[in-house]
Amino acid sequence: MIPRRQFNHLLAGATLAPTWALAQTTPGWADVLAKARGQTVYFNAWAGDESTNAFIAWVGEQAKARHGVLVQQVRLKDTAEAVTRVVAEKAAGRSSGGGVDLIWINGPNFLAMKQQGLLYGPVTPRLPNFRFVDTVKKRSNVIDFTTPVDGLAVPWRLAQIVFIYDAARLRNPAELPRSAAALLAWARRHPGRLTHPNVNNFLGATFLKQALYELVADPAALQAPATDASFAQVTAPLWPWYAQLRPLLWRQGQQFPDNGAAQRQLLNDGEIDITLSFNPTEAAVAVRDGLLPPTVRSFTLSKGTIGNTSFVAIPFNAAHAEGAMVVANLLIEPAVQARAQDLDQLGALNVLDLATLSAADRARFDVPAAHPALPSAAELGTPQLEPHASWMTRLVAEWGKRHTH
Amino acid sequence: MVAPAATANSAPRRGPHRLLALAPPLTLLVVGGPIAAGLAGTLLPAFGHLPALGESGPSLAAWQALASAPGLATALRLTLATGWLATGLSLLLALGCVAFVHHRAWARRLGEAMAPLLAMPHSALAIGLAFVIAPSGWLVRWVSPGLTGWAVPPDVSTVGHASGWPLVLGLLLKEVPYLVLMLLGALNQVPAHAQVQAARALGYGPVQAWVAVVAPQVLAQVRLPVYAVLAFSLSVVDVALVLGPGNPPTLAVLALRWMSDPDTRWLFPAAAAATLLLALVVASLAVAWLAEGLLRAAWRARLPSGERTATAQRLAGAASAVGAALLGAAGLAVAGLALWSVATAWRYPSAWPSGATLAHWQRQASSLAGPAWTTLVVAAASTALALVLVLACLEHESQQRSGAGAGTGATGASRGLWLVYLPLLVPQLAFLFGLQVLLVRLQWDGHLAAVVWAHGVFVLPYLFLSLADPWRALDERYSRAALSLGASRWRVFWRIKLPILLKPVLLASAVGFAVSVGLYLPTLFAGAGRLVTLTTEAVTLSAGADRRTIGTWALLQAFLPLAVYLAAAGLPRWLYRHRQGLA
Repeated sequence: MIPRRQFNHLLAGATLAPTWALAQTTPGWADVLAKARGQTVYFNAWAGDESTNAFIAWVGEQAKARHGVLVQQVRLKDTAEAVTRVVAEKAAGRSSGGGVDLIWINGPNFLAMKQQGLLYGPVTPRLPNFRFVDTVKKRSNVIDFTTPVDGLAVPWRLAQIVFIYDAARLRNPAELPRSAAALLAWARRHPGRLTHPNVNNFLGATFLKQALYELVADPAALQAPATDASFAQVTAPLWPWYAQLRPLLWRQGQQFPDNGAAQRQLLNDGEIDITLSFNPTEAAVAVRDGLLPPTVRSFTLSKGTIGNTSFVAIPFNAAHAEGAMVVANLLIEPAVQARAQDLDQLGALNVLDLATLSAADRARFDVPAAHPALPSAAELGTPQLEPHASWMTRLVAEWGKRHTH
Repeated sequence: MVAPAATANSAPRRGPHRLLALAPPLTLLVVGGPIAAGLAGTLLPAFGHLPALGESGPSLAAWQALASAPGLATALRLTLATGWLATGLSLLLALGCVAFVHHRAWARRLGEAMAPLLAMPHSALAIGLAFVIAPSGWLVRWVSPGLTGWAVPPDVSTVGHASGWPLVLGLLLKEVPYLVLMLLGALNQVPAHAQVQAARALGYGPVQAWVAVVAPQVLAQVRLPVYAVLAFSLSVVDVALVLGPGNPPTLAVLALRWMSDPDTRWLFPAAAAATLLLALVVASLAVAWLAEGLLRAAWRARLPSGERTATAQRLAGAASAVGAALLGAAGLAVAGLALWSVATAWRYPSAWPSGATLAHWQRQASSLAGPAWTTLVVAAASTALALVLVLACLEHESQQRSGAGAGTGATGASRGLWLVYLPLLVPQLAFLFGLQVLLVRLQWDGHLAAVVWAHGVFVLPYLFLSLADPWRALDERYSRAALSLGASRWRVFWRIKLPILLKPVLLASAVGFAVSVGLYLPTLFAGAGRLVTLTTEAVTLSAGADRRTIGTWALLQAFLPLAVYLAAAGLPRWLYRHRQGLA
């Protein structure tokens, strides 16, 4: 009698795997698949967005059906919870059999884990589907906040700052503030109708970074780590601008929404007129879910806006690293990326270079009709690179010093 | 004497008796162990010792970082102001309400009506209240734009106001009913009725009589609940996250923010902040203790004036009115959540949702089953664990008191039993990180048993608090009569004590169950995020801010303990429907 495990293996190899997956693979991948079978991957992911939770559940079904890998989402309120857990495990001397297998991560969280050697890998060279990933035009797929990813994390969705407004209230598109100076002028005309998330939240900090991009003389300076001297010099124009803006903000700038979702709620409640998001499809998805009125539209700044990539990474002590690699590989499979980008599913921009796909796979990305709340490709333009993570840390600290009493 | 008879009688049954002697030390270990280990795991990093992060101290760098944190002074002021204000107001309002209603026929029913509020998790009420009082919230929507002319919500601050008043209000919603219930419970332990009658015969009004004669006695009985309220208000995280100011927030939220900073170096000032919070709570408890002594002295000095006045009556009436308003606000908060959970869309200034749908409930139904089951299992198991330990401790104590257990050597542990109240007085944040490291080291993190244990630590003190007084107050002559008739202690426990005390036991268990259901941080830390309960899910979703989804989860989260409470309240009434005085 064939052991059941082996039987499943045979079955999957023979019938369930799509043909292209067999066509090209990486050395050792069969081993990974074999070891992964039967593992339960604890996927630690921020759970504040229901579409993402549903998508992760769907990916779990796929992993189970095709590779015998179970996926259990560990629902985080904040990604740092998972980082803290890995730190606690290291503190307790657990260098294998760790409780976190896969983390949705980027920016300072990724930098912290990379610097402390808390990541497993490099993994991307081992993933067969990584060859579809755009590592040239979508630079943030391999350079996260100026930190080289070095294959330690697998990109799975793109993010870019967009602003969202209700066209039923702001009727004249020509008046939309498309620069830092215009934002200030707009706030003067509409006091109390603009805000940004709490600066301790990544989106709030990104608002400051975006303003810095607007006001700095040479944006290239932001690609190097900030020093005391460069920080003082580069941010010099930012603080007077912000000091003028702050009293014109919602609640006179004395209070801020906790995060992007809370600020979106303020727009829905009519307390403010403009919100911002890291997901270009957020307005369309929010309309679909009844979270914003159907009259909302998206816009960006005329000099462009900051974009980055969301990754998944495997901790150094993950108990189920093979299973985690299988899930990561699945996340960058063309069909899965196409589903992620589908507005009816997740609405997350793909990380692939569509030119490398087969015609059939490429067709999956054809959109029938653009949603009116989606920004056009021209509107999005080329995303600005994230500044080095040290800028964000220092901006948050300096803002705290100047504006928390 | 009973002792020799009992000893002779129970010779073949020494087993359970000796086991009972183990109860106090075992209880101390179950509760004290995690706290001691957790505190060590917090104190060491506060003084620069955490080898995993390459620091082996001792150093004061963490304290320097804490001292130079922007807004620390404001955060401290805010923490003390909101914590003390919430506690002081809760106590005054609760006293006023009880003074106002104690002599009325429906006093008991009021207590029963308020009790379900205790089952509501703090976070759910806070989220509901935020919608009621926001400038774009329910109250404003009722009168806008019709009466106010506000086509868009006014740009004024309510939720998150820098003074912290919404946080105080949110705390009052739960703490006033809690203290009212504790006071009503304490009333049963003193001959309140007879004393009030005597004072009234001397010409005092019912309220003044109660305040002068009964209040000082019941206050001594509710000292611990008041201390627990004070410690909780000073260190609360979930309510402060929803209703408190953000820039700077309270000290507890500040510590949590640093603890969850991706840059792990912030763990050190976070540990220092948690230690400072602990010091703040300890100092506040000491001040509360001193203040009580001073107030008592002042009270005694004033009493003999013999003045008959209606001032107390009027004040108590006002307190009751405020109490009723708080109940109303809590009711609105829950009703708002319920409406959101079935709303299609609900935008300012609509006073009501534009349509009703069950879609949110249907969508959540499949994801509900798992967390609901986990919640139920953890709450039931931790309550059962705590109940067994608490009953064993109390039984051991009562046997010692009656002489049967003298000289068993467990008196030291019994005397140390006040330590089981530590979880009510020590801020959760001050020991949970350390506890997590311990659990990981033992490879117990993420296991159901670890979560049950962590919950037991918080459930046990509430059970002890609710059961100690009824158990100690039970007339010992019942047991003596049974023992003298030849019944064993074991049989006395099952046939006499438990049936008489069934009502407090069941109600205490319902309280324990509700406490477990509402726990957020302990579930998160001990469960390694893998054990999902209704509460962890609801708080996690609250970061996503879709009020309709939050509504479904918060309501479900409130329903479970409510159902258990109703069952606990109804069961004795049904079982003892043919007996008087037990139901």
